[in-house]
Amino acid sequence: MDEKDVELLSIVEEQGRLSEDQLAKMIALPADEVTKRLRCLEKDNVILGYSALVDWSKTEKAEPVTAAIDVKVTPTRGRGFDEVAERIYRYHEVKALYLMSGTYDLSVVIEGESMSEIARFVSEKLSTLESVISTTTHFQLKRYKHDGFIFVDEDDQDPRMVVSP
Amino acid sequence: MKTANTTHQPKLSQAVNSIEPSGIRRFFDLAASMDNIISLGVGEPDYSTPWNVREASIHSLERGLTAYTANAGLPELRKSISRYLLERFQLEYDAGNEVVVTVGASEGIDLALRSIVDPGDEVLVVEPCFVSYAPLVSLAGGTPVSVPTSIEADFMVEPDLLAEKVTDKTKAVMLSFPNNPTGAVMDNETMQRVAEVCIDHDLIVISDEIYAELSYDCDHQSVPILPGMHERTILISGFSKSFAMTGWRIGYVCAPPIYTEAMLKIHQYGMMCASTMAQYAALEALENGKDVMEEMIISYRQRRNYFVESLKESGLECHTPGGAFYAFPSIKKTGLTSAEFAEKLLIEERVAVVPGSVFGEGGEGHVRCSYAASMAQLEEATERIGRFVAKYLSGDVESR
Repeated sequence: MDEKDVELLSIVEEQGRLSEDQLAKMIALPADEVTKRLRCLEKDNVILGYSALVDWSKTEKAEPVTAAIDVKVTPTRGRGFDEVAERIYRYHEVKALYLMSGTYDLSVVIEGESMSEIARFVSEKLSTLESVISTTTHFQLKRYKHDGFIFVDEDDQDPRMVVSP
Repeated sequence: MKTANTTHQPKLSQAVNSIEPSGIRRFFDLAASMDNIISLGVGEPDYSTPWNVREASIHSLERGLTAYTANAGLPELRKSISRYLLERFQLEYDAGNEVVVTVGASEGIDLALRSIVDPGDEVLVVEPCFVSYAPLVSLAGGTPVSVPTSIEADFMVEPDLLAEKVTDKTKAVMLSFPNNPTGAVMDNETMQRVAEVCIDHDLIVISDEIYAELSYDCDHQSVPILPGMHERTILISGFSKSFAMTGWRIGYVCAPPIYTEAMLKIHQYGMMCASTMAQYAALEALENGKDVMEEMIISYRQRRNYFVESLKESGLECHTPGGAFYAFPSIKKTGLTSAEFAEKLLIEERVAVVPGSVFGEGGEGHVRCSYAASMAQLEEATERIGRFVAKYLSGDVESR
């Protein structure tokens, strides 16, 4: 991993759709070299995937319901929080899972089709885990900004004059 | 209500009659009348001012900080500028009497010229350059003398040519690197030789370093840092380009007290002080905006790399611009003048670039393309330019 890899990663982290030819020119490397580096970074799980940020509220499809759940757990001897974390993150509904400092231990971000689906997940799957002591569920009401992108429609007209000195 | 029987004879000064409106204006009118244009004609960043800077200005308004400031600018802002120049460019300017906050770098250029030029004085203007230099020399009563640069010398000043242009009337030389419109930077050795010419002929140097931070391949070397240059240099800079603050109109001039005191006289009578809310914004930019600036610099550099390579692939000769956010490709082989090229490209392919000829001698045969645009726009624009150039090279023009 060298400086060029880091630069490549910083670019694709924000603009995952640039072509390898574009990336190559941007960081002044031959295109096949960029392809090779990307494949390496993917193989080593430095790049885990590529995705699009979708604003489902603008589509025909019903917007998914998202909740953040604060979970207090009892760590297990020898494996700490990892064991219970693994049992939680393997659920398909779990979109994100973090170990937190502060008044609770795990923050679980979960997505479902309805509030009741999420409620069911919490009561049937999450709370019943042996090491889970308590859960507090917070439903997301509105998404303003996610992963660095603003989800509220702003006037994105370029305010600049078309030609200026 | 109109009063009868009065006849007013318009009476304009000879000085203002002697200058032309900027050549960009006519081109702007044409471009502005068209839809769906990809514009590479913009001389400013494609970022909004960082939010913390905007927020600081809003907060200054909420606190009611709306009074005049000292003529030279807020003391804390001048101190911050002084510290910043020392840390970033190793320049030593006393916040007390060597820094004046101006209404953009543009006012700084005007102040510098008006405080040193007498009627009959010649000022060497290294061209191509920002459109205001020569007219401002004329308005100050002086005579601008062009010192052209060329793609063959990577648009750097040629020290011998500079020396040739010096007469016993020459008082000053105007430099601007990284350069608008060429994107050129001066290498240290050539700059050293330019400095020697200035010292040999005891010239004042007005160095417009508004793009200093946007230097991509090497650290920017500021003119006054060279031996013998500090005492003779008026340094112009500001926040417009590096902090994406063009509309705030906030900049500064730095020079030895003999010059700042002269400039301050003009500034205090002509302007009083720079806008107070903009000064608070500038203070925040210097104190807490440098991380965002660094991110912008990295992005400009990546887009520079991409755009210049793509331009070359489209068939145009282009030197590698070391700074600013412009490429200045040669369009000579199309057989068109730069004005024709820009106009036809606009009409036929809906891409706006600026004819090099509006930037003075040495600009003809080139167009200025700003790469302060999104990657998608740059990709589309270079594709269109490539198609356009291919058409004119193949002579397949009449068949359309």
